Amino acid sequence: MSSGFTKAMARNIFYGGSVFFFLLFLGLTFDTHRKLPKRDNSQAITESVVRGKLVWETNNCIGCHTLLGEGAYFAPELGNVYARRGPEFIKFWMKAQPTNAPGRRQMPQFNLTDQQLDDLVEFLKYANGINTEKWPPNIEG
Amino acid sequence: MKYSSQAVSQLYFTAAIGLFAGQILLGLIMGLQYVVGDFLFPAIPFNIARMVHTNQLIVWLLFGFMGAAYYLIPEESENELYSPLLAKILFWVFLVAGALTIVGYLMLPYARLAELTGNNLLATMGREFLEQPLITKIGIVIVALGFLFNISMTVLGGRKTGISLVMLLGLWGLAIFFLFSFVNPDNLVKDKFWWWWVVHLWVEGVWELIMGAMLAFVLIKVTGVDREVIEKWLYVIIAFALITGIIGTGHHYYWIGAPGYWQWWGSVFSAMEPIPFFMMTVFAFNMVNRRRREHPNKVATLWAMGTGVMAFLGAGVWGFLHTLAPVNYYTHGTQITAAHGHMAFYGAYAMVVMTMISYTMPIIRGREANSERAQIVEMWAFWLMTISMVFITLFLTAAGILQIWLQRVAETPMPFMAAQDQVAMFYWLREVTGVVFLIGFILYVCSFFIKGEPAKVAA
Repeated sequence: MSSGFTKAMARNIFYGGSVFFFLLFLGLTFDTHRKLPKRDNSQAITESVVRGKLVWETNNCIGCHTLLGEGAYFAPELGNVYARRGPEFIKFWMKAQPTNAPGRRQMPQFNLTDQQLDDLVEFLKYANGINTEKWPPNIEG
Repeated sequence: MKYSSQAVSQLYFTAAIGLFAGQILLGLIMGLQYVVGDFLFPAIPFNIARMVHTNQLIVWLLFGFMGAAYYLIPEESENELYSPLLAKILFWVFLVAGALTIVGYLMLPYARLAELTGNNLLATMGREFLEQPLITKIGIVIVALGFLFNISMTVLGGRKTGISLVMLLGLWGLAIFFLFSFVNPDNLVKDKFWWWWVVHLWVEGVWELIMGAMLAFVLIKVTGVDREVIEKWLYVIIAFALITGIIGTGHHYYWIGAPGYWQWWGSVFSAMEPIPFFMMTVFAFNMVNRRRREHPNKVATLWAMGTGVMAFLGAGVWGFLHTLAPVNYYTHGTQITAAHGHMAFYGAYAMVVMTMISYTMPIIRGREANSERAQIVEMWAFWLMTISMVFITLFLTAAGILQIWLQRVAETPMPFMAAQDQVAMFYWLREVTGVVFLIGFILYVCSFFIKGEPAKVAA
């Protein structure tokens, strides 16, 4: 770096640049929240969905699965599992675990009540309705 | 060691290395579960192993950052640490809280742990990387505040340098953005949106400040290059880090329900995120080439240069690989993400902490540098760990490309598990490479116990 460019100038670029872009980020954040109601399927958030999200969280589903592509990559994407498998299959599947097939990846038995299973399915149905810009590329997730 | 209170770092570094060991073991278990699915099931299901693996990573890096700060801040401030006692108390609080949390993860069903720890008061658990029980999260905030108070008072009472200010800013940012871990709206889109304010604004934001400050500190010490030059570089690097990284958060907002314009904002800004990492590489090599002294701690210099290169490769190149929206549409949530995650965390954060440990530990133990023999063993550890991490990343990348092709691009897309079976060979290769990483780590630990005459610079 040439001698005309001083430490003080570098420091000012750091402070000025950071503040400017953070404010821009705040502006975009504000705008995003204004636009979300049309995209985030929030009208579908019922009490059951809220309970279902808690079931999702307190069983650490994200530790194996992805949800809208975020999570672990050990087990299938579940953001669109409602469309891929349907409600009855999901409940049946949860009840049938673990498969105990030798050498295959195993999903634990979470011992969910029928109510919890219904709530979880409602949550996944809601997630399936979020506008994700057509992601994932196909139904397999 | 110029100030006796710097010795408190040793506690933190020891805990960091201990937790790193645990992280590697859990990683090997998970790697095996990828191909031998029922390994250790149901004793340690994958989701639990993964949570322990990633949480241990975060905690050992935090121990590393705190240890580094307790060494760096007094030295930069030319001042004893404000309260060494507070640093010691907080160490034990953090260690015990961390250990109890891990025991809780491993011994209890996660839902039961949530119930016992008040998750019904404020639901914050069960989100990736933020799985900690509410009480642990509160504990982290308390420890962070005590720690920040301690080092801020030290800075205020002494000389203020660019390095110490940047370090302080980064650490304050770390604590402030962690507060978003308490934000968990029922609306999944908003939940994910704010979740990234912790995760992204940490690792692609304020952590880069901490990393830059640590690297600059070690480079001043081992090269003797003028502080004015080093701090100017530091400011330019972190300026680019935040200018690109803040809006760069947008690359996580493509497919989670946020407006489509994030595909533009995220792609353009995050495409520039490699710049600061590239500058770090140039910085490290440039400073070492222009060195005005020969430092007997050669392995610390190796770690510093290695950090620059590996951070650029892992965070910069592998980040860029899948950051553009049209590419990310196919790579999102695949093994490509895992590949990037591994090399970026190792190359940027694990390595910078080991750089700091490598430079400071000999001094804390009363010598400028370790013996030649100890340094050679540590260099072997450096190369084994670093090269095996490169291969872990390459194998995961291969697995990812194949996975994407089979599951997302092919005319008749395969279901997830069918595609996983097809890429199993790469998971085996990754696991073998993981064992090499472990061997490297064992050598690393051994290097601390090798005695001998401290190395000197040949006259």
